[in-house]
Amino acid sequence: MKPSVFKYFDPTSVDEAIGLLQRYGEDAKILAGGQSLVPMMNFRVARPKVLVDINKVQGLSYIREEGEEIAIGALTREREVERSTLVREKCPILSEAVSHIGHLPVRTRGTIGGSLVHADPSAEIPTVICALGGSMKAVGPSGERSLGPEEFFLTYLTSALGPDEILTEVRVPVLPPGTGWSFLELSRRHGDFAIVAVASIVGLDGDGRCNRAAIALGGVAPTPIRAREAEEALLGRALEGALLEEAGRLAAEATEPESDYHASADYRRDMARVFVRRGLEEAIERAKGGR
Amino acid sequence: MADGRRIKVKVNGVLYEREVEPRRLLVDFLREDLELLGTHIGCEHGICGACTVIFNGQPVRSCLMFAVQADGAEIMTVEGLARDGKLHPIQEAFQENHGLQCGFCTPGMLMTAYHFLQENPDPTEEEVRVAVAGVLCRCTGYKQVVDSVMAAAAKMRG
Repeated sequence: MKPSVFKYFDPTSVDEAIGLLQRYGEDAKILAGGQSLVPMMNFRVARPKVLVDINKVQGLSYIREEGEEIAIGALTREREVERSTLVREKCPILSEAVSHIGHLPVRTRGTIGGSLVHADPSAEIPTVICALGGSMKAVGPSGERSLGPEEFFLTYLTSALGPDEILTEVRVPVLPPGTGWSFLELSRRHGDFAIVAVASIVGLDGDGRCNRAAIALGGVAPTPIRAREAEEALLGRALEGALLEEAGRLAAEATEPESDYHASADYRRDMARVFVRRGLEEAIERAKGGR
Repeated sequence: MADGRRIKVKVNGVLYEREVEPRRLLVDFLREDLELLGTHIGCEHGICGACTVIFNGQPVRSCLMFAVQADGAEIMTVEGLARDGKLHPIQEAFQENHGLQCGFCTPGMLMTAYHFLQENPDPTEEEVRVAVAGVLCRCTGYKQVVDSVMAAAAKMRG
């Protein structure tokens, strides 16, 4: 099908865009990369009366190091994140996660901010941002606020952004040298949405004990989730076989998967267990290898 | 036409100026308004890749963009590959290696290969497979498509 009729605006500043959102409220949708919104409009699942195309807004596309963080403009294309040397060197788990998104002609348009606001729980960027504990900067008529992943993702396809707010930036921590990481995804074909995605970050101290653990899962709950109990089980311990099995089991218990035509709930839960264990193994190898 | 907008777009080196409705998809603009029927429209939701074109140097799904967003852009479609009646080496390679049967996906395959070989002139088969995975072909099983892209790479390296 073709999209239904809408009014089209292409503001050049964030203020102008917010003004349009205030004017049109729930009738308006922001168009960033359009790789999720336009399919929904073509199917008429989404019929926004007003489209606010932010592709001409200046100053929303950048990747820069600021202290211990990397700041990424919301309109930065996934392809730019994937190819960024800074991201690859200082936050390689993000480059890896982005490389799993769709295919190249999707990543050339799709934006990091668009994927976050779309809040698909099986999408790669929300999952990896959850593991990294990234922060989302939202700007609205009354100023800006910063939201962590657990405040930002409310439920399926729903973020905490107000109808007159725009996501302008996401910040992720620089991973210190020696941090282990892994991004694993189970999907039927490369480029598909994840049946299960697992993002793991592990730090080891001089004695080989775990001093940092973050495990996030996508595709197994209404939002990406952190496996907090599994993380706590790892901290302060030497990471070996039985403990990793246990972490996988604890992480699987934290999931609330649903059955759909891609996979049953039981299968997703069991694969969450398996992929958490495998992801931790890979992250530990990287931590030991110093990369 | 409600809220028509005047846009200027360069397609395969030719500047076009047209009035479009905001909801006009880029692929429909190319096919219906410019009558460039080489670009095919398949799934209309960004999965099949048949509508892939080169937009300001980058491959995009033309079913997931609106024509109004192409104002000022330079676009290359499959019609832009051949020069002076001579097929592009990628087109020759697809012909010689039977890289198509029904031909529906072919414009997407050719434009994907065109961009891919610019970035990676000496690819491995595995890299070619990842690149063409973004275009669905239900005829060839991809064997001949991969052979075609490898052969095109060799031709273009000279």
